[in-house]
Amino acid sequence: MESQVTDELKEFITSMFLFGDEARLPEETDSLLETGVLDSTGVLELIEFLEERYGFSVDDTETVPDNLGSIAGLTQYVLRKTGETAGAA
Amino acid sequence: MSQPATFGPDTLTIDLAAEADRITQRIREYLTTARRRGAVVALSGGIDSSVTAALCVRALGKSRGFGLHMPEQDSSPETINLSRSVSDFLGIDSVLEEISAILEAAGCYRRRDDAIRTVEPAYGPGWKSKIVLPSVTNSDALRIYSIVIEAPDGTQTRHRLPTEAYLGIVAATNFKQRARKMLEYYHADRLNYVTTGTPNRLEYDQGFFVKNGDGSADIKPIAHLYKSQVYGMAEYLGVPESIRTRPPTTDTYSLPQSQEEFYFSLPYREMDLCLYGKNNGVPREDIAGAVGLTVEQVDRVFRDIDQKRMTTRYLHLPPVLVEAPLEP
Repeated sequence: MESQVTDELKEFITSMFLFGDEARLPEETDSLLETGVLDSTGVLELIEFLEERYGFSVDDTETVPDNLGSIAGLTQYVLRKTGETAGAA
Repeated sequence: MSQPATFGPDTLTIDLAAEADRITQRIREYLTTARRRGAVVALSGGIDSSVTAALCVRALGKSRGFGLHMPEQDSSPETINLSRSVSDFLGIDSVLEEISAILEAAGCYRRRDDAIRTVEPAYGPGWKSKIVLPSVTNSDALRIYSIVIEAPDGTQTRHRLPTEAYLGIVAATNFKQRARKMLEYYHADRLNYVTTGTPNRLEYDQGFFVKNGDGSADIKPIAHLYKSQVYGMAEYLGVPESIRTRPPTTDTYSLPQSQEEFYFSLPYREMDLCLYGKNNGVPREDIAGAVGLTVEQVDRVFRDIDQKRMTTRYLHLPPVLVEAPLEP
């Protein structure tokens, strides 16, 4: 599951923000903000992708760099949230 | 700029007389090169346009300055009186160009309200709104725009903006700055004058302007001055106190909106010191002490400065040519 989420996130980021140029994709632990991949509009687009693809709501308190700022952070955030969703259901 | 022993507001102190001379000299040089006879300044009733106009008059004489008052239906009622007080003080010719009809014809208000209705379907006449950012100093959250909506009964709600609504509201609202710039160029062409841009250093550095709107100008005389220095220059040039004591505002949305809510991390005095400190390698501990923040909060402000520089870099870029078609 973890590698699948990571791959989906990489595919979205490469397609949406890098025009398909995989060579410009940062390392999984690199900051997507500091490397210039994500700007403020990009963060909005990323949130919409997460909510649509994984079916959970991103709470305002969760829009922090630890959750959304890197591919590794995003992967763990998605896993936690989808786990919570399954648990709640 | 000589560096005081202790980092603080005095660090930004400049020789205002010398700086005014330097700027006015540059304005005269530019107009000579451009072969234009004077300068048009859009007067908003704010500190930046007032100082820009005063410097142009000092450089060129009051007969070569021309002011424009361009309120629209969302402008604060006091805006026109304040901007007129500046043209009266300077003794320059000016005209009122009420731009609501232009904006109405362009669909500015309709397009903006359509975008807002994707978030609040009931939004319509009698409702008010503004878009806001979360505080940088109070949390580590990424700065994502929300909209504050006020119903006719005064009830306020806040909604995080989806991408399409955010971009739609900003795109529609940008008609305001672009309509004003269109009129500035009309009058500049009519008079054989130049247009002026009025950003201060915070606004220029952080991309707080609309491309081909207020970001477009022939000369930007105060773009190198920190906002505190602009206030100092206003006092030196004798700009009316009512202008100097008016809190900075965007005067763009129907609800009152501070510049900190909409864009900057901190009020201008603190923001000036953080930007100066970051630009000049001042230790973060010294900056934190000067602005009353923790080092961690200063780090967040620094991150926000970097983020805004990256996000708005596009606004500063010239048009891209695949090949230079003109000889150098």
